[in-house]
Amino acid sequence: MAQPLLELDNVSKAFGGLQCISHLDIDVKEGEIVSVIGPNGAGKTTLFNLITGMYRPDSGDIRLDGESIVGLAPNKITNRGVARTFQTLRLFLNMSVKENVMAATYGRTHASLFESILRLPRARREERESNEVAQEKLSFFGQRLMGYRWNQPAYSLSYANRRRLEIARATATKPRILLLDEPAAGMNPVETHEITELIAELRKQGGYTILVIEHDMHVVEGISDRVVALDHGVKIAEGTFEQVATDPRVVEAYLGTAETERK
Amino acid sequence: MSEQTPQPERSGPAIGADEWVARSGERARQRTGIVGRVQELYERVPKPAVFAFVVLLAVLVPLVTAQTDNDIYFLRVGTVALVFALLALGLNVAVGFAGLLDLGYIAYYGIGAYGYAFLSSDKFGIHWQAWLVLPLVVAVSALLGLLLALPSRRLVGDYLAIVTLFFGQIFYIIATQGYRISFLGLNEDLGFDRANWDLTGGPNGIANVDRLGVFGLEASSERAYFYITLTAVVVVFAVLTLANRSRTGRAWRALNDDTLAAQAMSMPVNWLKLLAVGVGAAVAALAGTINAALLQGAFPDDYNTQVLIIIYAMVILGGAGSLAGAVLGAFVVSVLMLEGLRPQTPIGDFTGNGRWVFYATILVVLVAAIRPWRRLAAILAGIVAFGVVVHAMVAVTTDRGTDGLLNMGPDEYSGGGPLGWLIRHWLALPAGTYELGSRNWFNFALVGLIALVLCLTVVKGWKRDALIVPTVWLAGFVWETRLAQETSGPTRFLLLGALLVGLMIARPQGLLGRPRVEIV
Repeated sequence: MAQPLLELDNVSKAFGGLQCISHLDIDVKEGEIVSVIGPNGAGKTTLFNLITGMYRPDSGDIRLDGESIVGLAPNKITNRGVARTFQTLRLFLNMSVKENVMAATYGRTHASLFESILRLPRARREERESNEVAQEKLSFFGQRLMGYRWNQPAYSLSYANRRRLEIARATATKPRILLLDEPAAGMNPVETHEITELIAELRKQGGYTILVIEHDMHVVEGISDRVVALDHGVKIAEGTFEQVATDPRVVEAYLGTAETERK
Repeated sequence: MSEQTPQPERSGPAIGADEWVARSGERARQRTGIVGRVQELYERVPKPAVFAFVVLLAVLVPLVTAQTDNDIYFLRVGTVALVFALLALGLNVAVGFAGLLDLGYIAYYGIGAYGYAFLSSDKFGIHWQAWLVLPLVVAVSALLGLLLALPSRRLVGDYLAIVTLFFGQIFYIIATQGYRISFLGLNEDLGFDRANWDLTGGPNGIANVDRLGVFGLEASSERAYFYITLTAVVVVFAVLTLANRSRTGRAWRALNDDTLAAQAMSMPVNWLKLLAVGVGAAVAALAGTINAALLQGAFPDDYNTQVLIIIYAMVILGGAGSLAGAVLGAFVVSVLMLEGLRPQTPIGDFTGNGRWVFYATILVVLVAAIRPWRRLAAILAGIVAFGVVVHAMVAVTTDRGTDGLLNMGPDEYSGGGPLGWLIRHWLALPAGTYELGSRNWFNFALVGLIALVLCLTVVKGWKRDALIVPTVWLAGFVWETRLAQETSGPTRFLLLGALLVGLMIARPQGLLGRPRVEIV
């Protein structure tokens, strides 16, 4: 069996007395699209924060391509090929659309401040490359983030465009695995449909492995190779969408059981 | 580009793709009329051309001034303003770009000055050449900036401010108390000749510091220092502009907007913070070196918290994050306000500049804050009419209620020329305005003015417009009867504060700053 690209091995994380993630094992293979679902408070975003190094797991190991990434700073983990978007959008609001994407190429470029000021060849070349990356990543969304929007500040974008810009920014870090935190949240049905196609397109064009948190079951059904269901930090089901959607424990987690209601 | 567009063809309005709607914000900001046309013309001029033009103007300043005492004072004001411009540029890196509230900045300015004084004065008998001292002091200061920022790199906002303020205060205490340093009482055993070792000269500072010199050439004239400082400002401005456009500059601005996201997007935020503080420290040390050579001494009170706050005022007034704004802010605060409000020049000439600064600032604030122009015109007309009516009423009802003169100098009270005539017929200055007994009575006017300003912050709409009229009049009255006499010392700084508050209310983003959005 091929080695999984991302591997969570018996990972636990607690905040005080609250066990957010307990003994979680997840494998994501290269090129796969895996959805993480679960009711509010199930620990989905905490899972992302653990993978990207924002939190350090209490126990267990997280491996990227067989190498442990536990304890690395978030920017180091991103440099190794893990990029994420945020559920609560976290763009650089006062920078232009282009600069948002160019800023994310920091980890791929190496010119020192000294070289940049003197405009030495390496700084000039990297600047040109960053500009090309921004152009490439933004044109992925057609004209929506191009043209006159190019130099507009990010705060002038609509909600849906901000979500798109977050994805463009994440892909500019040259990731191998993309973590999308509720990419369709707050979108209307047309835009949600578009996001579904977009995620598939991301894999096809960029070759990214994608781990996505999503509440919209149509999106989950449309994109996922595999679905992982969490509840109270425990993996309660894993498999294809049909398997997970019909799993009694998943139904119970979302809807509760008849017995519970009677109590 | 269009081949890889993934979105399917769809009829109906495309969401988020309407250019007219998306540009509504830009249109709202655009001015119409003459102001708009001038703005449009200005925006068409390439930025380097504007930069070159301003530099050229600055280069011409010493050439058009003759070498009279008053001109030398004038030139010194310019040099001091340039030193402040340098400081504002440096502070802008940490505060404007990276968004770090660094209150220890003043220490690096002081380290530059004292470092130069240690290595180029009789204090320790060392007289190194400037070309050797300058890079050394700048490098040491930058390194110290990195080191001091190291323990506070994880702090943000208020916490960072508290810790860095502590660093700044430590420097000031070392500077003022450093004339009796005792190494655990072991001075003599360690080979120092006295029980209290003198490092900084304490409150007296270090005097007789060498002038800047290169290979035997020594800069001794005011002109030379003006040009040296101007060169430093131009170089630092260019360097910081290029830095701002580089990947590092983008990363600074990114972590200013959202540190967590910046880190998730591969930026090493802790290192970037250290770098921002370090670059700022280098610029501050350069300014300190120039200042020590200019004053031929290093004195602790030039490097205290009060000076720090003034530099902050410059950066914030100019617009944090804008380099041109930092320079403009430095000039407005140091030339127009600090020097302009001075009642006397150091060589003893009385200047009536304070009066101009005061009325001009009020006018600028009104023009900037009140829209549309019809409302502004009505308020200005109201202010004039109010004064004339009050003047007439006082003239009729009292005996010598409008016979007052203007304060034109330490012991001179006169009509004050055409402007004075206007002011005397607008305000109702009673005879004997400046006699000792009457001045206590005018305190009530000051209290009344404060009450009116407080009321202004509460009321809205036409009531506010109406209230502006007597407030401005009373402000003029208070200025002529009390403040024109007292614009030395603390009163000058109080006035500076009041004028800054007025300007910031009129333009919260600063003179050249762009409005920032925090959370939408």
